[in-house]
Amino acid sequence: MATTHTVSFKLNGKPVDVTVEARELLIHTLRERLAHTGPHIGCETTHCGACTVDIDGMSVKACTVLAVQCDGADMLTIEGLEQGGVLHALQQAFHEEHGLQCGYCTPGMITRAYRLLKENPNPSEQEIRYGLAGNLCRCTGYQNIVKAVQSAARTLAAAQPATA
Amino acid sequence: MGNMSDLKEREDKLQGMGTSLLRKEDAKFIRGQGQYVDDIKLPGMLFGAIVRSPFAHARIKGIDKSKALAAPGVVAVLTADDLKPVKLHWMPTLGGDVQAVLADKKVCFQYQEVAMVLATDRYAAYDGAALVEVDYDELPAIVDPKKSMDKDAVIIREDIADKTEVGHGPRTHPNHIFTWEAGNKAAADAAFASAEVTVREEILNPRVHPCPLETCGCVASFNKATGHLTVYMTTQAPHLVRTVLAMLSGIAESKIRVVGGDIGGGFGNKVPIYPGYVVAIVASIVTGVPVKWIESRIDNISTTGFARDYHGVGELAADKDGRIKGLRFTALADHGAFNSHVSATKLPAGLFSICTGSYAIPNAYARVDAVYTNKAPGGVAYRCSLRVTEAIYLIERMMDVLALKVGVDKAEIRRRNFVRPEQFPYTTSFGWTLDSGDYHTALDKVLKAVDYEALRKEQAAKRADLKSPTLMGIGISTFTEIVGAGPTKVCDILGIGLFDSCEIRVHPTGGVIARLGTMTQGQGHATTYAQIIATELGLPASDIVVEEGDTDKSPYGAGTWGSRSTPVSGAATAMAARKIKDKAKKIAAHLLEVGEGDLEWEIDRFKVKGNPTQAKTMKEICLVSHTGNLPAGMEQGLNAVSYYDPPNLTFPFGAYLCVLDIDKHTGEVKVRRFYALDDCGTRINPMVIEGQIHGGLTEAFAVAMGQQIPFDDSGNHLGNSLMDYFLPTAMETPHWETDHTVTPCPHHPIGAKGVAESPHVGGIPCFSNAVIDAFAHLGVTHMDMPHNAYRVWQQCHALGIDKR
Repeated sequence: MATTHTVSFKLNGKPVDVTVEARELLIHTLRERLAHTGPHIGCETTHCGACTVDIDGMSVKACTVLAVQCDGADMLTIEGLEQGGVLHALQQAFHEEHGLQCGYCTPGMITRAYRLLKENPNPSEQEIRYGLAGNLCRCTGYQNIVKAVQSAARTLAAAQPATA
Repeated sequence: MGNMSDLKEREDKLQGMGTSLLRKEDAKFIRGQGQYVDDIKLPGMLFGAIVRSPFAHARIKGIDKSKALAAPGVVAVLTADDLKPVKLHWMPTLGGDVQAVLADKKVCFQYQEVAMVLATDRYAAYDGAALVEVDYDELPAIVDPKKSMDKDAVIIREDIADKTEVGHGPRTHPNHIFTWEAGNKAAADAAFASAEVTVREEILNPRVHPCPLETCGCVASFNKATGHLTVYMTTQAPHLVRTVLAMLSGIAESKIRVVGGDIGGGFGNKVPIYPGYVVAIVASIVTGVPVKWIESRIDNISTTGFARDYHGVGELAADKDGRIKGLRFTALADHGAFNSHVSATKLPAGLFSICTGSYAIPNAYARVDAVYTNKAPGGVAYRCSLRVTEAIYLIERMMDVLALKVGVDKAEIRRRNFVRPEQFPYTTSFGWTLDSGDYHTALDKVLKAVDYEALRKEQAAKRADLKSPTLMGIGISTFTEIVGAGPTKVCDILGIGLFDSCEIRVHPTGGVIARLGTMTQGQGHATTYAQIIATELGLPASDIVVEEGDTDKSPYGAGTWGSRSTPVSGAATAMAARKIKDKAKKIAAHLLEVGEGDLEWEIDRFKVKGNPTQAKTMKEICLVSHTGNLPAGMEQGLNAVSYYDPPNLTFPFGAYLCVLDIDKHTGEVKVRRFYALDDCGTRINPMVIEGQIHGGLTEAFAVAMGQQIPFDDSGNHLGNSLMDYFLPTAMETPHWETDHTVTPCPHHPIGAKGVAESPHVGGIPCFSNAVIDAFAHLGVTHMDMPHNAYRVWQQCHALGIDKR
């Protein structure tokens, strides 16, 4: 039998213990064992970004990290963005700007954009395009995704208390 | 009642046709709550992994399953021999051929399906697949379709070697599939013989792949107790699949349920029925537990429906002013090892004969020869109706070639040959009746918007400056699409007409559920169909629920491909709504004690003519229709179903213009501007239309600038991961400018024509025309796609303009 390990990490704010195979990719642990099917599998080679999650303040492609590497991590997936029944500004903006069509890239795209706006709260169009270049979308042509990120950036800035 | 602000308020409340209603489908997707096939997990489910051939052409001498069967978690290994007792080792294709479900004694393309390993989870299944030992005897492979019909060519399909036809007329060689001809060859030849000017160009539409972000897959679940089969799968055409499964399995069609669920993009890739689905189904029937099969990305690009691979020759005959007198287009079509793509029985080359485009061409002839090669099967796919991209690419490229030859501007040559507005309805020399159009207005609007004259002046200045590090190209494409397959008199698949359907049920409080035979893959059907019903019935779109894709729930239809949803099912939706409205009018007349002729419709109600205070709203009628207070003899309820057989296809059109700059030293192409004007007739949801156009243009950009499926001489696939196969990121993708005109379709109930494929079909030649235009002053008449930096640099280098 394959070697198994028990891994503990924080998933969307909640502590999780899960037993995984040593060779198991995080995306499979999330989807198959933890019922988090928001992150998707598009290539399993780190190119498409459909599986993007946020680990310890970084965007990570969950198809290219082993679950055992995540022991002790603080992890955020698309399922954790809505807080208290209120959508995150990015989720709302993707809806309002028609930033999604088939929806397959959307969880990864929004999760990546979440980290992008943490790193750069007021990005230019070029910075957004560069910042999202690890996430492929086959439907939208990115234009409305860029608009959505710009719109969310404005919403988040307006909600930020003014600093003296 | 009746004042303007009140009317507007009522109209706004409906959020019907013409409004940019935000999409109903977004709520689940933005939360990560979509239900795609790989999200489905059923109790006791096994996972199937496919063992694939490493060779493009080889005999199978033996398969040893023993090591795989001994591996932990492996439950079974299925090969062709295991499928033979149930006669499922071969299956009929949607193209009139048969295809091996699992390779039967030989493999005919690399990555062909040889066996499926069933195991308790996906890791164990792939472990098992790696342990299946297959003994191959390699055969020479045919990779170049031009060699398929050589006298001494190896026979690819021994199973049909002695068949004189495979669904589409006589064959002349064992590797020949069909020859299709259209138009009048003698008349076209005569036009060429007497022409003042003729041009000829060899033009390739290379093999590409639609590559939706979600690969193909299914979960098959056979219930041994009830004999019912449920298949959750990535399909654009669930009802057609159900029919084929019934034909294949012998299970009564009423006991088969196909569910499309949420689909992560299709673009034609999810129309065919692939061996993986069939083996998973057989495996579930055999084991009695659910079986999941999900492709890897490499499997997807290597084996499922590719697009194009049309090796074309375009010829035009014209007078010295560039007025076209004759057209001859031919193509050699590489269909791979099985003719498996979807094709209408009478149209093996699809709608290729739309190749006269937007132009009045009096004499035309087209011919397509399709052949087998040792490559994956397919051909029809990728965001266009059957073979329309190939056709429009040829004519739009040849218009530029002709313009160069006669020395006429590329916009002007189009204007001189357009079908004129007063000529519609216009029947082309291939017999298609273009129902409506206004090509001159569309082109002129675009030229004005971009200041075409100024662009040409800038280009002339740049050409005069030999020290300029860049070349400037201006591309124009003025395409006409043919979509909405289609009228049953010309279109069927396996004998089933390509009508489509809508069933509408109105509930007592005004809520509506509509079910359709189409299958959304991101096009926004739940929103746009609701808007059609909202306008037709005067009930708010917010209370209208649209369901598709579950064959147990929705009426029969041919699915979503070929931009057929709005032209066919959108029409069925309007027609079903109108049946309901007719009944509602009778109820209103009864309630108001007037004749039906005394009533008129106003947004959301019937009112008595001349007495506007006397009215019944649809909401009121919905409730009354569920009471006993009805006209004598009328049944309760407000339900209707419509099966719509369109009288004609639809012909959306557009005018696109691209400006780009090419670095002479690196071949790098930078798109400076892309202006796309589309006319899709009546516009249901401008926001959704614009989104479809952005996406279609981006896929056109991908095809024109970087996509190609390459093979080596042995038939080895040289680019089947996203490392090699070009999918544009946000960085490469240009900014799109969109515009529109509205020329409603005269034969469609709401005047709509379909839109999603236009930007792909019209976009590809626009990019190519722009790239080649950059070299036009240097005598270049054609360059094959993809126009990636290396290939463009090769052109610069050949011309000696890459020197510093």
